[in-house]
Amino acid sequence: MTAAVSSSRWRFREPGVIPGFGLTFGFAVCYLSLVILIPLSGLVWRSSTLGWQDFWSLASDPRTLSALKVSFGSALLAALINSVFGLVVAWVLVRYRFPGRRIVDAVVDLPFALPTAVAGIALATLYAPNGIIGAQLAGLGFKVAFTPAGIVVALVFVGLPFIVRTVQPVLADVDREVEEAAATLGASRLKIVVRVLLPGLLPAILTGFAMALARGIGEYGSVIFIAGNIPYFSEIAPLLIVIRLEEFNYAAATAVGVVMLSISFLMLLLINLIQSWSRRRYGS
Amino acid sequence: MDLGIQNVSKAFGATAALRDVSLSIETGELVALLGPSGSGKTTLLRLIAGLETPSAGAVFFGDEEASRRSVQERQVGFVFQHYALFRHMTVLENVAFGLTIRPRHSRPSKQEIERRALDLISLVQLSGLEGRYPQQLSGGQRQRVALARAMAIEPKVLLLDEPFGALDAQVRKDLRHWLLEIHERTHYTTLFVTHDQEEALELANRVVVMNEGQIVQIGTPDEVYDHPAVPFVHRFIGESSELPVRVENGQIWFDDCPTGLASDRAGSGLLFFRPHQVEIAPEGSRCLAARVIGSRRLAGTRRLELSVGQSNRHVEIDVPLEHPVAQKQVVFFRPKVWTLFPTGDKEQARPETVGAKLVFPRSAAGGTLRHYEPSVS
Amino acid sequence: MTDHAIMLRSALTETPTVQRWLIAVALLFLAFFLFLPLFAVFSEAFRNGVGAWWEAIIEPDALAAIRLTLLVAAISVPLNMVFGIAAAWAIAKFEFRGKAFLITLIDLPFSVSPVISGLVYVLLFGSGSLLGPWLKSYGIEILFAVPGIVLATIFVTFPFVARELIPVMQDQGTSDEEAALSLGASGWQTFRHVTLPNIRWGLLYGVLLCNARAMGEFGAVSVVSGHIRGLTDTMPLHIEILYNEYNFAAAFAVASLLVGLALVTLVLKTAIELRFAD
Repeated sequence: MTAAVSSSRWRFREPGVIPGFGLTFGFAVCYLSLVILIPLSGLVWRSSTLGWQDFWSLASDPRTLSALKVSFGSALLAALINSVFGLVVAWVLVRYRFPGRRIVDAVVDLPFALPTAVAGIALATLYAPNGIIGAQLAGLGFKVAFTPAGIVVALVFVGLPFIVRTVQPVLADVDREVEEAAATLGASRLKIVVRVLLPGLLPAILTGFAMALARGIGEYGSVIFIAGNIPYFSEIAPLLIVIRLEEFNYAAATAVGVVMLSISFLMLLLINLIQSWSRRRYGS
Repeated sequence: MDLGIQNVSKAFGATAALRDVSLSIETGELVALLGPSGSGKTTLLRLIAGLETPSAGAVFFGDEEASRRSVQERQVGFVFQHYALFRHMTVLENVAFGLTIRPRHSRPSKQEIERRALDLISLVQLSGLEGRYPQQLSGGQRQRVALARAMAIEPKVLLLDEPFGALDAQVRKDLRHWLLEIHERTHYTTLFVTHDQEEALELANRVVVMNEGQIVQIGTPDEVYDHPAVPFVHRFIGESSELPVRVENGQIWFDDCPTGLASDRAGSGLLFFRPHQVEIAPEGSRCLAARVIGSRRLAGTRRLELSVGQSNRHVEIDVPLEHPVAQKQVVFFRPKVWTLFPTGDKEQARPETVGAKLVFPRSAAGGTLRHYEPSVS
Repeated sequence: MTDHAIMLRSALTETPTVQRWLIAVALLFLAFFLFLPLFAVFSEAFRNGVGAWWEAIIEPDALAAIRLTLLVAAISVPLNMVFGIAAAWAIAKFEFRGKAFLITLIDLPFSVSPVISGLVYVLLFGSGSLLGPWLKSYGIEILFAVPGIVLATIFVTFPFVARELIPVMQDQGTSDEEAALSLGASGWQTFRHVTLPNIRWGLLYGVLLCNARAMGEFGAVSVVSGHIRGLTDTMPLHIEILYNEYNFAAAFAVASLLVGLALVTLVLKTAIELRFAD
């Protein structure tokens, strides 16, 4: 910020008195490169040795496309479900007082702390046709486990805290005066919620949505137990990578991996765009 | 429209925010609610708007009791201390909000809404900024958007909570003139809350002084400054010094010395005067003698800090800059304008003010339009 | 309550009926997706009694998996903690070009599929790579061995501590450190006595989350582990094997340990937040 004022000379770092920049920055960047960047670029380099033709034929293989479609579609649906219910959960936790609120608030983080494999077997047991919930649903004619619906269930579990935890602080920060102002201007409660509160929450909801979507597309552990993993039906893209690796078909695994990595980068870009847009416009 | 507040009390749990407050405001008045923080002035404003419910008493809009009207129906323009602008809406959308959310049958057409919003934006001198978002505006500009938004619903009464509280000193001053100008142009009945006495005295037709949940005085700026009803008002508005005194044989005595001031009341009391309303007296005349314990330069005068009598009461007086008395160790002076508040005896509880000029209430309307140059960019 | 009080409440909040409905919807949703799975793990784990549960845990392969999981966490968590502190220090206390980009890179593992985190190490150290066979000629096994599992775990848990610390340190600004330095403290003393006490709760929370993920990581570890029972199976992998063998009770018994870990993490997290709230 002060660079423009103090000098026009290009400077990597603003001068300051606090020591340790070289040490900490150097270590952080080296570690980051060793652990993350070099291995990831290895994946990109490996795919480039495939040649465009081979890469394209591997990436557009019908089974790959179907797996990507299943992963993306179920992640999208789960993120949408979470946007609605996550918003309700965040709203209830911030605005209302009821017995057990603290416990509920703490448990929202469970998907962050619970190993995905544990979540996977627990959800599979519950939603299997002979499980507590699955049996009820089967009676109604719904089959959840071992279908794409099961994948959505697992991804709803995994993605829930992303929405709740991004919306919650923003909602808690909403100034009561803003609602009062809308009321003095004649807005009914419904209009205050729809025209004043929700638009203010939109950037947070979108950010949480994108994060849940990104996580859902790549999710593996919680999904494979409940999905049934039937090719062309309920097989997700990360599982296809594992299958190709077990077949020692590294080229195919790399191709799927690169497609998924590109999707991850796109999601990351999207999240950053949403945030910078909201910062520019709303200043927070 | 006339506004009436009748015997209103408000308690939050065990603490009483307002205690039996009554006030009536006439159409077109510009009234200041002045008091220290915690005096209940904001609570009173919120009660009028319908943002709080009175524990007892009633609010009248004209002849109609307002308690059957919800916040939405009261049609008050409320300007919040921190503006409470909708940050996801542009200036235009903010100002137009009150009109766009009306039910279809009473809602003006889109063009009409935009025309009226733009008119208001130009009234508050923000033309050209209608496409900006609140975050892109300065504090003073946001304040003006908040006012335009409140005026868009053609309010029956305009309520402003500490309208200039969050602004820089210079912006505050500019906006004061500008608010006066807007009031003179629109004649909305306006009530504003402030803890800044200068702001209240400069802007208001009438000042309502509040303390500890009660109204302690209602009057024109001249009345509350020159004829304070209770010691609190004298201390709170303007600078003041006070001495405990006794009245005997028509003379006011301090520490067994006559002060040279006369009163026909008997008994003990508190003598109040302002630093700039004193005269230096010749030595040996009947007056107050004081030791100088400090001297400060105050813009155009010299402020002396004095210790009076054996009880070492501290008072302050102003003397001209070059006055020789500033160099001395002992000063003799006499208040020119003073107020005596009797203590103890309830029969004579009315204060006596001597020396102040006759007061003329400032008219609610009229006056000339002041030219306003916005200094905020 | 007076008419106006009722009207006011309905203007500024939802009616009690709407509130009750929203609370019911939220609780029902959470019950189906969070509370019931939790309950299912314990009910399945103890289905055959505490004895059977204990048997499943002290079974040698299970014990080996627990040991390996603890080892992996003991290596990867401290490394990522040191990285997190260093990165947060550099990012929060200094202004430099490309800061936002660096933060994005640190966040990267959050949005990369865990399977890909495993895949990159397979490609780096696998039989088709340059590095793998070369290391193998010196007798160093990375893939399908403990080092590979540690590397994959580090990749996946990489951002947790840094992500937690950066906002905490940014909030605190630099004035405390500048004050300490002006009083003659050395850089290390400043960090030790001024910065660290300020960030300790954030640090603890970051480490807790990092540890929970490190012990529970499945996808990435699954790809690099090779699933050698008793040797390269971590707890989550062991759970998968038991589950696929239809040994559900044993699978859930081991799972219940990880649920316990998750619950302890959440309780500590809530305790830290309560402390902060004071």
